[in-house]
Amino acid sequence: MSQTLNVKRPSTLQGARLPKWSPWAIAAGSVALGIGISAAAGLDSSIQWGLMAAIIFVLGTYGIATRVEGRRQAKDRVATSLVWVAFLLAVVPLVSLVWTALSRGVKVLDVYFLTHSMGVVADTEPGGGIYAAILGSLEQVGLAALMAVPIGVLTAIYLVEYGRGNLSRAITFFVDVMTGIPSIVAGLFILSLMVQFKMQPFGFAGSLALAILMMPIVVRSTEEMLKLVPNELREASLALGIPKWRTILKVVLPTSLGGITTGIMLSIARIAGETAPVLLLVFGNPFINSNPFEGAQSSLPLYIYQQYANSAGSGAAYDRAWAASLTLIAFIMILNLAARGIARWKAPKTGR
Amino acid sequence: MGISTKNTEAPPPIPEPSETEQKRASRGATRPGDRVFLGLSRGSGIFLLVIMAAIAVFLTYRASLAISKDEGNFLTTFEWNPTAIPPDFGIAVLAFGTVVSSIVAMVIAVPIAVAIALFLTHYAPRRLSGPISYVIDLLAAVPSIVYGLWGALILVPHMNGLFGWLNDYLGWTGIFEWQGGAPRSMLTVGILLAIMILPVVTNVSREVFRQSPQMIEEAALALGATRWEVIRMSVLPFGRSGVISASMLGLGRALGETMAVATVLSPTFTIQASLLDPGGGTFAQNIASKFGEATEQGRDALIASGLVLFVITLLVNGAARAIIARRKEYSGANA
Repeated sequence: MSQTLNVKRPSTLQGARLPKWSPWAIAAGSVALGIGISAAAGLDSSIQWGLMAAIIFVLGTYGIATRVEGRRQAKDRVATSLVWVAFLLAVVPLVSLVWTALSRGVKVLDVYFLTHSMGVVADTEPGGGIYAAILGSLEQVGLAALMAVPIGVLTAIYLVEYGRGNLSRAITFFVDVMTGIPSIVAGLFILSLMVQFKMQPFGFAGSLALAILMMPIVVRSTEEMLKLVPNELREASLALGIPKWRTILKVVLPTSLGGITTGIMLSIARIAGETAPVLLLVFGNPFINSNPFEGAQSSLPLYIYQQYANSAGSGAAYDRAWAASLTLIAFIMILNLAARGIARWKAPKTGR
Repeated sequence: MGISTKNTEAPPPIPEPSETEQKRASRGATRPGDRVFLGLSRGSGIFLLVIMAAIAVFLTYRASLAISKDEGNFLTTFEWNPTAIPPDFGIAVLAFGTVVSSIVAMVIAVPIAVAIALFLTHYAPRRLSGPISYVIDLLAAVPSIVYGLWGALILVPHMNGLFGWLNDYLGWTGIFEWQGGAPRSMLTVGILLAIMILPVVTNVSREVFRQSPQMIEEAALALGATRWEVIRMSVLPFGRSGVISASMLGLGRALGETMAVATVLSPTFTIQASLLDPGGGTFAQNIASKFGEATEQGRDALIASGLVLFVITLLVNGAARAIIARRKEYSGANA
């Protein structure tokens, strides 16, 4: 008697439930069905196949769950599956992009490609490389960082250590606004100066625009890091009679150095991929020009764009564009990983 | 009201010591090192303001030179011939294209981004959520030109099937009409932009959802609500303003995106209802593709169009920041 009661009670309280493996089963079934229907209907795009399978999956889940568990549970399951589908949708382009860059990039990516420039190689012919582009990118990004990092860090110090009142509020607001400036507008600003003073494109002009884009990012990340420094450290230092500027230099900055470095590296990674301002200001150059202050230069993102745009559909140019993309992505990923590494390495301790 | 002002006035005892501290510090600033350091840091802050002002002033100045010579109406002309005699150009087509492509991007990206944010905060197994956030960050780290290359060479050919299907079933609306040109159209641009702004919207929404009050969620669960009901009744209402501001940050990004649009779109200077037929243009794309052939007059005209873009993005971002600033406790705004 009691046994049957014990068996029955949970079932009346909880209602029927689908077994745990059911989402997977429905997913497998709907993928099979989706592919079958799409193939039968003669849809040739894999995007459509995926869409078809996703729609069948959502409808199938709803139908089966309504029948077994009731409407509320069915809605819950549909929401769950929609959320999963959204996540998978976001991963598809990333995988496709990385896969294409890898598979097409490695075709021409070798030491020759990295150490030679386009020179007189026509855009439609195979050969050539990205040496000039790498050189230009490093110089422009390096100069931009040299300008943006001191200004950005000092501004953040002002905001955290000194700033109260209207000036700091204005700076905070405009730093936020600056973060949202489209890169092409920063390029146009420098361009308007160049038009004004009748200058020809050169590498440093690109650096100026990149620095404008980089400054607000550095300010924001440094500000966050400085705010994390415990006030007790500052007070202890000031109590020892140490002037405020030495407190900032010797106590506050070293404490937050790891976080600040991480922010700076992430901001460098961000501007290294900017194309639009470089296109307007640096112009591109197939020959090696190591002087950023005179004459057109090249840069990696610009090289990718020009290989794409001037290729006239030639496979060789597309391969070079992909190889350059792969180089650029690798550079940015390494910066990102290193930044994260530094953040993790420096995070737990607050002292030197 | 009276209570709230009293509440804001109650804290002063805490700021006050710091103010006196500051006075003491500024008395200490008679030390030359302190004065130099304060000067340097305040100076660089002011320098940032000067840059912003200079951007506005110079763009406006060059733009006014161009617009004063413009024979057409700068806002309503459907032409872009700044080098013709007399020059004749207007931003109507560009404004239309910019808005349309951004709206398409928002319509696609925001629901998916909100879903992913929910996935990360409420659905994903805890062990997965960290690596997945990292994948989303990777999506943000890929440069826009690489997205452009991918869009032009991989996404565009894949759109043919979808476009044919949309034309077959929804062509009667006019919006999804397709005459069979290469799918380098506003819809493709919108999809690409959606992929690009996805990480921004996701990251900000995730931070907001993460702060939704746990007690209310647990209370709802205890009353027998399903997970979806918890999200709909407690998490989404709580995060609404955050999601709105996240979307506007994404919108700001989409409005100003240059290279991805320039590589994918095949531009024309027309306004058309169809999202599938190639044509149209955006501010940023027009600047990038017209820049090469432009004379000084042409460049000034492009600068004028850039000024409009600048003002629009300022408004959108300012609104987003204002919404975020209202939520004081939220500090993940530097996405």
